[in-house]
Amino acid sequence: MNDYTLDHLKQLESEAVFVIREAAAQFERPALLFSGGKDSICLSHLARKAFHPGEIPFPLLHIDTGHNFEETLAFRNSFAKKMKATLIVRTVQESIDQNRAEEEKTHNPSRNALQTITLLDAIKEFEFDCLMGGARRDEEKARAKERFFSFRNSFGHWDPKNQRPELWNIFNGHKTKGDHFRVFPISNWTELDVWQYIALEKIPLPSLYFSHKRKVLVRNGMILACGEYVYPDQNEKAFEKKVRFRTIGDMTCTGAVESTADSIGDIIAEIAGTRTTERGTRADDRRSEAAMEDRKKQGYF
Amino acid sequence: MAKKTPSFNTNQYLKMELLRFTTAGSVDDGKSTLIGRLLFDSKAIFQDQLESLEKASRLRGEEAIDLALITDGLRAEREQGITIDVAYRYFATPKRKFIIADTPGHEQYTRNMVTGASTADLAIILIDARNGVLTQSKRHGFIASLLGIPHCIVAVNKMDAVNWSHEVYERIVQEYTAFSKRLNIHDILFIPVSALQGDNVVEKSRNMPWYDGPTVMHHLETTVITSDRNLIDFRFPIQYVIRPHQDFRGFAGRIASGIIRKGDEIMALPSRKTSRVKEIITFDDRLEEAFESQSIVLRLEDEIDISRGEMIVKKGNQPWVITGFEATICWMDDQNELNTRTPYILQHTTNTTQSYIQKIRYKIDVNTLHRQEADSLKLNEIGRVIIETARPVFVDSYKTNRQTGAFILIDPHSYHTVGAGMIIRSAENHSMDIFSLQKSSDVVFENRTVTRIMREEKYGHKGAVYWLTGLSGSGKSTIGKLLEKKLFDEGKHVYLLDGDNIRHGINGDLGFTERDRYENIRRIAQIARLFFDAGFIVICTFISPRQEMRNFAKSLFPEGSFYEVFVKCSIDECKNRDPKGLYKKALAGEIHNFTGIHQEYDAPQNPDILIDTEKLSVEEAVDMLYGSFI
Repeated sequence: MNDYTLDHLKQLESEAVFVIREAAAQFERPALLFSGGKDSICLSHLARKAFHPGEIPFPLLHIDTGHNFEETLAFRNSFAKKMKATLIVRTVQESIDQNRAEEEKTHNPSRNALQTITLLDAIKEFEFDCLMGGARRDEEKARAKERFFSFRNSFGHWDPKNQRPELWNIFNGHKTKGDHFRVFPISNWTELDVWQYIALEKIPLPSLYFSHKRKVLVRNGMILACGEYVYPDQNEKAFEKKVRFRTIGDMTCTGAVESTADSIGDIIAEIAGTRTTERGTRADDRRSEAAMEDRKKQGYF
Repeated sequence: MAKKTPSFNTNQYLKMELLRFTTAGSVDDGKSTLIGRLLFDSKAIFQDQLESLEKASRLRGEEAIDLALITDGLRAEREQGITIDVAYRYFATPKRKFIIADTPGHEQYTRNMVTGASTADLAIILIDARNGVLTQSKRHGFIASLLGIPHCIVAVNKMDAVNWSHEVYERIVQEYTAFSKRLNIHDILFIPVSALQGDNVVEKSRNMPWYDGPTVMHHLETTVITSDRNLIDFRFPIQYVIRPHQDFRGFAGRIASGIIRKGDEIMALPSRKTSRVKEIITFDDRLEEAFESQSIVLRLEDEIDISRGEMIVKKGNQPWVITGFEATICWMDDQNELNTRTPYILQHTTNTTQSYIQKIRYKIDVNTLHRQEADSLKLNEIGRVIIETARPVFVDSYKTNRQTGAFILIDPHSYHTVGAGMIIRSAENHSMDIFSLQKSSDVVFENRTVTRIMREEKYGHKGAVYWLTGLSGSGKSTIGKLLEKKLFDEGKHVYLLDGDNIRHGINGDLGFTERDRYENIRRIAQIARLFFDAGFIVICTFISPRQEMRNFAKSLFPEGSFYEVFVKCSIDECKNRDPKGLYKKALAGEIHNFTGIHQEYDAPQNPDILIDTEKLSVEEAVDMLYGSFI
């Protein structure tokens, strides 16, 4: 410490804490979007650090598609309790039941697009004016231009051509009623940074991230976990494999990777040597090259 | 099966430094290719991204992978074939993690360049070797300098297209070096590269054996950046007050600059209440000391009410607490031009207040660096303005502190960020702290047996001060010397204070910074006051470019005894005369902060005497001054 420098992880941590505090200070009703994935877990951990010795002054919001892994949900509940944070859950099923959303009519439908509707409804219901998320700029091309404070109009839309310039670390959260912001405190982190930080801070994670035996099938070149929402059609075959997940989303669209990495150290070594980005395991991005950009414009996370 | 890589070292990764850099250049300079090359050769590009790049390249009818596509984010941009916003990229080597702010280089994207540059430690400026130093290469340097980026790499690209010519490279280096002397960047490194073929990007070039400097990557990995930070001036803008229960009040924030230790005496601004640091808290630890860029919680010994937007500093080292300052701003709004009637929201650190642009002093042509008169600023224009705030702000000059010297302006209706500003100096009392310490309305020294009046009676004439102000080369010295001679020959007690006897003597310790210039004038004025008190006629010939300098001098003397003499001559004529060859040196970049070239000269609005040396001869000028004395 005597040379008064922070290594890059501590720099990123300090920056994230700064952004989280800015969000809490500038907005009246912020919330943290919690998915049960490592990025939002990491973000919640940072939020706890930001307000210590106080508690996190905003709720965690989970949009549950109903297609989540059981492990994720169990982890979510215990984690929120441990963080002493309020947890709000809104489900896509409710939106479907209220005829607000319509299920895709395909084999093993994806509810990925539908969660946007549930999310926007939740924003209205609770009058949230700021949603913090664990998105990172290194994840995907469209996100490379995302701001820390990202303005959304009252339809939740993102306009990539009309973003506010963001200078130094001065964040402009001014808005009119009905508009809201998405705030991304770990924008500058890479996948490896997140894993290194999890290792450094000993942050607990859902078991899905670690190598385990599971019944899977292969669809469009992706390994999907078999379950209630994903089952083989006539041409597919289920089989058992040692796998783990690099990201955690819906069972219908989150691909597993074959892996024996069962500790964080192993995972880090695996990622450092890997040649595939983590979003490569997400079917929702593969639909078209500009898939992410289109969904973001619609108000996707 | 995923393979483990034993070469990966976790501990090493944890010790990495973070370097933020920005790249400027236009489409044709090969900027995107250079970044693509850095990412590609450092293996920061993943297999699936590579596949999708191949696909996209094929769709565009290209055979090889177009590395530029890696950095082209949005579809609209891909279709137009240009980058139009700031995109952030990440890569790491075992030594450092890098954040690239990739910005387009066209003039209409000055806004984006400014944005990308605001957080950068280093700038890479690309020059196409085939085209040499273009206007835009200079523009990029100017913006990097304006935003206070401490380090700069000038990558002379496309060396393959000029046959790896040493001569072409040298010509560009020389031309750009000459230009860059006008800028405020002290560390500039030139590197000849071919981004397309990879020469001197990551790997050393075999095609240019005449170049023995580092590669781009090597320099990125090794440039020393730790000394760029301000560890002197402790500034702690309050973000959030943490009150988990009655007995705990903690002030949360990120240290903008400086160092704080347990027990240090602090002062809260604007209340000026003082206390001591009781605890420095983080989630992990109670700290003995904390420094620049750390996010912490401070607890104080005393219950002081401090809220968001206020600032904790050390008692002995305070920023300016002011409601008016001079700043350079870049206008960023495409809807409305800057106007002086709109009450913009000014956001500075965590503080917001209403503000007006009181005056636009001039705008700067980003291509020629020339100053132009302006009533307004349009999108992408940069100007020097005076800003007035509704409540006090706690600021430093951007030069000394990139955190507390920066601000943004927000439109009060659209809430868009419309301006980015860098503070130059206080407008309330530009360095008047120097003057105010010394200023005394009392011009008569008390308790003297021999007074000025007695001396004047004995000498047969009154004391007086002729303060000749004007540009270098306007004729001040020549007139001053001749006037001294004439008065002396007539038996008057007269003494000339000029650069020769002041700068080399009593003020030999002063340089040419703004502060030193004020100190220079303060001393001269005080010396003149002593001579005046001794019954002398004092002739002072100094550029003294600021009105407030001259006003200060005048304030030391009784009414009617101080003459502000404006020795008027156009800058072109002064350059033409250039008696000491100073303009030539200044234009060649051998002298910095030269009035008329780098610094402006505030011409007197109401001088006591005006002498136009383009119309009058030296003798006529002397006669005119002499006449005023009689």
